[in-house]
Amino acid sequence: MSDRLLVASRKGLFRFRFSGGEWRAGAPAFPGEPVSALLADPRDGRLYAALRLGHFGVKLHRSEDGGETWTELQAPTLPAGAGGAADLPGVDMIWTLVPGGADRRGVLWCGTLPGALFQSSDGGETWSLVESLWNMPERANWSGGGYDHPGIHTILVDPRDAARLTIAVSTGGIWISTDAGANWRLAGRGLRAEYVPPALANDPASQDVHRLASCRAAPDIVWCQHHNGIFLSTDGAETFTEIAPVAPSAFGFAVAAHPADPETAWFVPAVKDECRIPVDGRLVVNRTRDGGRSFQALSTGLPGGASYDLIYRHALDVDGTGARLAMGSTTGNLWVGRDGGERWTLVSAHLPPIAQVAFG
Amino acid sequence: MPRISFTANLQRHVSSPPREVQAGTVREALETVFAENPRLRSYLLDEHGRLRRHVSIYVNDRMIADRGGLADALAGEDEIFVFQALSGGW
Repeated sequence: MSDRLLVASRKGLFRFRFSGGEWRAGAPAFPGEPVSALLADPRDGRLYAALRLGHFGVKLHRSEDGGETWTELQAPTLPAGAGGAADLPGVDMIWTLVPGGADRRGVLWCGTLPGALFQSSDGGETWSLVESLWNMPERANWSGGGYDHPGIHTILVDPRDAARLTIAVSTGGIWISTDAGANWRLAGRGLRAEYVPPALANDPASQDVHRLASCRAAPDIVWCQHHNGIFLSTDGAETFTEIAPVAPSAFGFAVAAHPADPETAWFVPAVKDECRIPVDGRLVVNRTRDGGRSFQALSTGLPGGASYDLIYRHALDVDGTGARLAMGSTTGNLWVGRDGGERWTLVSAHLPPIAQVAFG
Repeated sequence: MPRISFTANLQRHVSSPPREVQAGTVREALETVFAENPRLRSYLLDEHGRLRRHVSIYVNDRMIADRGGLADALAGEDEIFVFQALSGGW
């Protein structure tokens, strides 16, 4: 099981270690600074932290020593004229950083607000915009989902073939490339949107996918936490089937897939959809172990009432064994789950709002 | 010669001591500093060369007028102050 847990928060990056039966944190990196995304690269142990400085813009840092020291790298930027509009925004936030495949050391992918995809071939030293996606005419139909601009929050790299990429856009559906980003096509048939006119409800490009998670041992199994519910794909995100009903709610942001068991996944339900707090104030983690046919609302160790914790889309993680989970909330609570989420322990109740948790 | 100084809150990210600059506009003053301190650029300007939304620049006691082009003229002993705006923090 993973004994190191990284937490990206509104006011710093926290590193927890499990030692002597307890999770302990050292001094935060980037104290006081908003950390929007992090990556612990399993290929070389490097850590990456993306900052969204309120005054001074998006920054990217890398650590070669487990987070003791950090070096600033050049953050991805949109080239001049890339959007063709005088009021084109710059990169506003790095939303996700992912490694580019076990056999492509140094390759990283980065999804941002506004909805751009970037690639690095040198461990984040330099970045290039994936222009094939940025220049797609269909991108004009993407729209903001919670932010003013659409954003790319999920990048799945197929462990069998690192050239097969699946990205999810909020809001703009799911896009697949089978040639390392040279060409893209719309996927995600079967997703359903209630926030557009009925004629567009099943339009794949109108879908507000909140997060995708795939099973590492069976990458064609892709779980989708969507604005309108929970969906499952068994063909690599090409088509989805809605899973309903789901109690106490099918609304949420986060999803984690078991790394070895394609039937098991975890979700964190909230009141749909403007309220966005736990149903009846009870925070639960919804787990299925039978491919979505049934769910167990796991609550042992979680607040049984008066909870206002929302779990952002990157703030639920499962370790490589599938037994240990971590979850951080907008209220600054951090929990670790044992035995596949059967029992949860509050690690801290005093952190800043949490954007991402990651074992590694 | 004009003199430029930077908010203390910038110093924890990138060192930027005050200095004199031979420059006729705010843009020229910043470019002079960036030439010696290239990392500072992305902290003050976005990738399109515009002043970041939550950064403000004053020439003496007057906020600059041209946030996009930074063409505000400098003269003699002008003092340029680069501040963070009272917005954009969280």
